[in-house]
Amino acid sequence: MQGFISLFQAAVFFGTVIMFGCIGEIITEKAGNLNLGVPGIMYLGGISSLAAVFIYEGSTDTPSSAVCVLLALLASFAGASFGGLIYAFLTITLRANQNVTGLALSIFGSGVANFFGGSLNTLAGRFEQISVPVTSAAFRQNIAPLANMGIIGKLFFSYGFMVYLAVILAIVTQLFMQHTMTGLNLRTVGENPQAADAAGINVTAHKYLAICIGAGICGFGGVYYVMDYIKGTWANDGSIEKLGWLSVALVIFATWKAKNAIWGAYLFGVLYWMYLYIPGLTRASQEIFKMLPYVVTIVVLVFTSLTNSREKQPPAALGQSYFREER
Amino acid sequence: MAKETKKEPLIRLTKRDGMPAYKKLLIRCISLLMACVICGFVIYAITGLNPVEVYSTMVSGAFGTRTRIWSTVKEMMMLACIAIGLAPAFKMRFWNIGAEGQVLVGGIVTAGCMIYLRALPPIVLFSLMFVVSAAAGALWGLLPAVFKAKYNTNETLFTLMMNYVAIQLTSFFVAKWENPFGSNTVGVINQNSQEGWFPPVMGSRVFMSADIVLILAVLMFVYLKYTKHGYEISVVGESENTARYAGISVGWVTIRTMLLSGAICGLAGFMAVAGASHTISTSTAGGRGFTAIIVAWLAKFDSGAMLLISLLLAFLQSGAGEIASKCKLNSYASEMITGIILFFILGSEFFINFKLMFRKHGKEEA
Repeated sequence: MQGFISLFQAAVFFGTVIMFGCIGEIITEKAGNLNLGVPGIMYLGGISSLAAVFIYEGSTDTPSSAVCVLLALLASFAGASFGGLIYAFLTITLRANQNVTGLALSIFGSGVANFFGGSLNTLAGRFEQISVPVTSAAFRQNIAPLANMGIIGKLFFSYGFMVYLAVILAIVTQLFMQHTMTGLNLRTVGENPQAADAAGINVTAHKYLAICIGAGICGFGGVYYVMDYIKGTWANDGSIEKLGWLSVALVIFATWKAKNAIWGAYLFGVLYWMYLYIPGLTRASQEIFKMLPYVVTIVVLVFTSLTNSREKQPPAALGQSYFREER
Repeated sequence: MAKETKKEPLIRLTKRDGMPAYKKLLIRCISLLMACVICGFVIYAITGLNPVEVYSTMVSGAFGTRTRIWSTVKEMMMLACIAIGLAPAFKMRFWNIGAEGQVLVGGIVTAGCMIYLRALPPIVLFSLMFVVSAAAGALWGLLPAVFKAKYNTNETLFTLMMNYVAIQLTSFFVAKWENPFGSNTVGVINQNSQEGWFPPVMGSRVFMSADIVLILAVLMFVYLKYTKHGYEISVVGESENTARYAGISVGWVTIRTMLLSGAICGLAGFMAVAGASHTISTSTAGGRGFTAIIVAWLAKFDSGAMLLISLLLAFLQSGAGEIASKCKLNSYASEMITGIILFFILGSEFFINFKLMFRKHGKEEA
């Protein structure tokens, strides 16, 4: 039982990071843009929040946790949407290739984040390991009375607020896409930009907004990782990159539906941490077990292409840049 | 007479083709220059160093001594080799994001040969490593290609996932071969006897891999430009329907091209292990698989341009490393600079492909 609870919790922690990335990327892809810059954007989101809070916590003796949280979220949204904006400008206005631009953004984002993550202390003239204790504590604050309710409390209420925020965002995104006019317009832009344009929908504006907002949401994945997952510090170990790519994979797994991202993300978490709970594994064979989320994604990918159901296809104009005068 | 209700937009775009080569080159050089200026400002803002001094530090960091030149060349050749491998796939519009994994599996089998078969005579050992690393890379590329050809499975994500399968496989072998025990690294393989290491030529072991890459570059140039296969690849890349109409078997061309692409990436892994680091770790590919995609794309799959862009990026990396160590900052600065430069070069393509038409001032006939 103890093992089950800790696996469940580990899966939720892990899943939350990639759920944010996945929701953001779903919004982006629904607008017809395949943004392979998710890892870079998550990096940008994570480092912007860390830097902002680091400066704030260093500037006062009594940092308020509400300000910390707000600052972290705003800074990450700004940083991540800035990354999205670069991508949007290059792919929409300058019509550069989406995959290549996304990869360049990944390189850029990881460079910026790891550079500042590794040198913030040196630049600020301090020498200890970077840490933002107040903010991290605020992010990890669980729902206190409910969390002590035995197993139920541990399973469902022992997390920081961002875990619930991710689920709410997923549901809101799903409702937005399926039941609002703007959502419908956005889907049209992704499926058939010519038709959208002819119907009087501003293709460029929809794409720009979807990409920037999507990137901002991806950035929350970075914040959650930095503030909660690794408890308010910085690690140059490339984990965010891995998680970012898994978010991209999760989009396929969820077949472009935000509601599926919820359970998909937790399932990925279970698959990722399962090796810890299987007895008798050596250190080498554990590594083989860690392949599971990727292998499962491949299998899902193959199956969705086999069944060829119309419900499960990517947006039809995904990856193509739109030029009105092109025939 | 109906009044015109809508104004003509200020800027209008038209597609253009057939820009003279010197103009293309000029646009690219201008974008590169602008990127360098921006990077200079960024570096100045962070470190407070004089940008001109920064660039001269970078030059000395990359080309200052014999060792540094060789290490820059090594980096350049690795990047170029992967880019050459990716070129045919991308020319076919097959998004092979999986070079990272293909390099790693090539590296794994090379390391395996160095560990288990060191008793073989050097010539046999080298040929064997060459063949198996290419075969391993080809296998890694074959899998997504088969599914793409048969079921039209999305290759971008398939190859991407294969990277992580390869990374875990590498971790598995690192744990298996670790030396000394408990270090979780393989250590330098055959440190004393140097079996399976590239022999030094002209004072450096890089010389041999550089030669192999240059030969591959020439072969790839000829293959893409002057052979039937190369022609088929470009037809499939332009339009699959046209290719089908012309009687080209798209599925077979896809599989054949990915076998080749994966094999060359596998060879890059062979060179990284046998020719450079003499060890294997999850960072053997080190993100070059992704960077090489951009190299191949920007070079428009031209071998010479791929070598030049690889040189530029290798220079940036060694140069930024030098600045970082001088200012006690970390070397990720090079990735940041690389990112900025790539953005500019990517953006500059727009001015080659499109023409801006400004609204004409004054009265005009409709």
